[in-house]
Amino acid sequence: MNWLKPLKPNAMLAFKLAYKNLMGAGLRTWLNVSVLSFAFVVIIFYNGMIDGWNRQARRDTREWEVGAGQLWHPEYDRYDPYTFEDAHAVLNSDIQELVQKDVLVPVLVEQATMYPQGRMQSIVMKGIRADQQILKLPTESLNEADDAVMIGKRMAESARIQEGETLLVRWRDKNGTFDARELYIAKVFNSNVPSVDNGQLWLSLDLLQKMTGKANEATYLVASENYNQDYAGIWEFKDLDFLLADLDAIIQSKKGGGMVGYILLLIIALLAIFDTQVLSIFRRQREIGTYIALGMTRLQVVKIFTVEGSAHSILAALLGAAYGIPLLLWLDTKGLTFSIAEDTGITMADTIYPYYSLGLIVSTILLVVISSTIVSYIPARKIAKMKPTDALKGKLQ
Amino acid sequence: MPAGDFKSCLFLIINYDAMENSSIIQIDRLSKHFPVGKGFFTALRDIDLKFGHGEFAGLVGPSGSGKTTLLNIVGSLDTPSEGTAIVMGKSVADLNQKESAALRNRHIGFIFQTFNLLPVYTVYDNVEFALLLQKMPASERRKAVMEALEWVGLSDKVGSKPAMLSGGESQRVSIARSMVKKPEIVLADEPTANLDAENSHHILRTMKKLNEELGTTFIFATHDEKVMQYLKRKISLRDGKVEKDELVETIKT
Repeated sequence: MNWLKPLKPNAMLAFKLAYKNLMGAGLRTWLNVSVLSFAFVVIIFYNGMIDGWNRQARRDTREWEVGAGQLWHPEYDRYDPYTFEDAHAVLNSDIQELVQKDVLVPVLVEQATMYPQGRMQSIVMKGIRADQQILKLPTESLNEADDAVMIGKRMAESARIQEGETLLVRWRDKNGTFDARELYIAKVFNSNVPSVDNGQLWLSLDLLQKMTGKANEATYLVASENYNQDYAGIWEFKDLDFLLADLDAIIQSKKGGGMVGYILLLIIALLAIFDTQVLSIFRRQREIGTYIALGMTRLQVVKIFTVEGSAHSILAALLGAAYGIPLLLWLDTKGLTFSIAEDTGITMADTIYPYYSLGLIVSTILLVVISSTIVSYIPARKIAKMKPTDALKGKLQ
Repeated sequence: MPAGDFKSCLFLIINYDAMENSSIIQIDRLSKHFPVGKGFFTALRDIDLKFGHGEFAGLVGPSGSGKTTLLNIVGSLDTPSEGTAIVMGKSVADLNQKESAALRNRHIGFIFQTFNLLPVYTVYDNVEFALLLQKMPASERRKAVMEALEWVGLSDKVGSKPAMLSGGESQRVSIARSMVKKPEIVLADEPTANLDAENSHHILRTMKKLNEELGTTFIFATHDEKVMQYLKRKISLRDGKVEKDELVETIKT
């Protein structure tokens, strides 16, 4: 029967009605939208900061410490100083050739003790070629004197050592015999990467090889982008995933911790929408009954209320964009300075520049829109069970 | 019996027969029970009624007599417990949700005691609503809405919100909303209950005029004497049963 052909209202109708109802609700709508937009901006800001930090930390760690990967002596474990004694080997001619071509930089690692102003402190001495070009370390300063060494700013502050001073260092040579000498602090460098700074004494590879009697030997080699893994020999290649795993783990844990904060914020915003929806459905029973009397099915009314609830998130995205884009762009230009950065012990620049990827923005919008649609749908389902005659009288419990 | 009275009575009988032959609503042995506690309350018992095209009829009776329940079943907002209610040739009990929504949207207009205007919409939007569901082109929609508002004398209130209208004006918007789609049937549940005498007569005259000009069937549920003055047919209900079904003389519009 043609006159009973089901109505298929225009899809835009639900949005149009939702828009009118939201605007008609006035202040209540804007309160919900404000809280939700704040959640939007905070989620994007926090993740942008973490992503910015992640990018900066990975870049700095690559540039200052790990290069494009490292070749480790099989005995070497960077977290176990007791392995240093045995973790060294002669560089064969193939490796030497790559070193000459600046494809690899050899580093010799040795445990030692320093005595700044009579105090004793365990350190790690690292010998590196003064003319290396792969790492950002200012190794050219190691050419200033035969006994030139350099240390990072953190170590200089903790040990109260200054540029131009001498430092007494004691170590064991390859036969286990203690030896000691005074070294000249040629440079105190500033790096965001604490692992090239704290407890590290950098000196020229030749000097350290001479001091330890480990001629032409190294503990690990730092690779440049041009390194081809075919020439590894006895050395074990460690890629960036391995070398940056700890950093990634720290950043992930920071991200996880921050997630708790913004999920709480999101939950507060979603609860506000949920409450509004529940209230709307009870307060607007007559309206629901009228929609049905005018020719809508109950499911179509459910759709209107769901769209209305989820439209909060669309408005929140627009409002969030209105004040969030200028704010986030300003932060992107100025960066955020952390005075505690030097004490954290993890790679972190004094100023972090947030990074807002398209993926972050799209995933945040999707997260908020989908979750607000779900919390809007849950109370709206009740409409599907309403008797229109009761709804028209507004007598539902 | 005076000759004039006899003539008009004869005319009504002839007219009633004509309407019976082309009924758009046919109710047979209809009963409606509502669960109350462990038992049932019977709101309607064995109702047999027919309504033809262009009727201006009223279900009258005290509160609880079953007027609104019967109107709801005819309007496909509810279903009978027993018996059948055939509206526009189809049993309302057999309609699925979509079909019954389509029936209401295209063929039945509702007028409520509490007006039930959508509060955040303007007068224009309220009247337009049913047409939006029909996907009518915008230009046709606008023409139909303005025509409906002209019928009820509210062309100057198109941009007003319901909160800005008086009770009489709100009910006139409600009439325009029910008539804009030119339905075959308009069901009015206590349309004058919230109005003063002047506004009641105004909207009743408007409905009578529309009934005469467009041939729309109006069925009222009322216990208002003012409404009864306008009815052509009065069906008295008591305790869910039809007590009396009579054609009556009406006020001329």
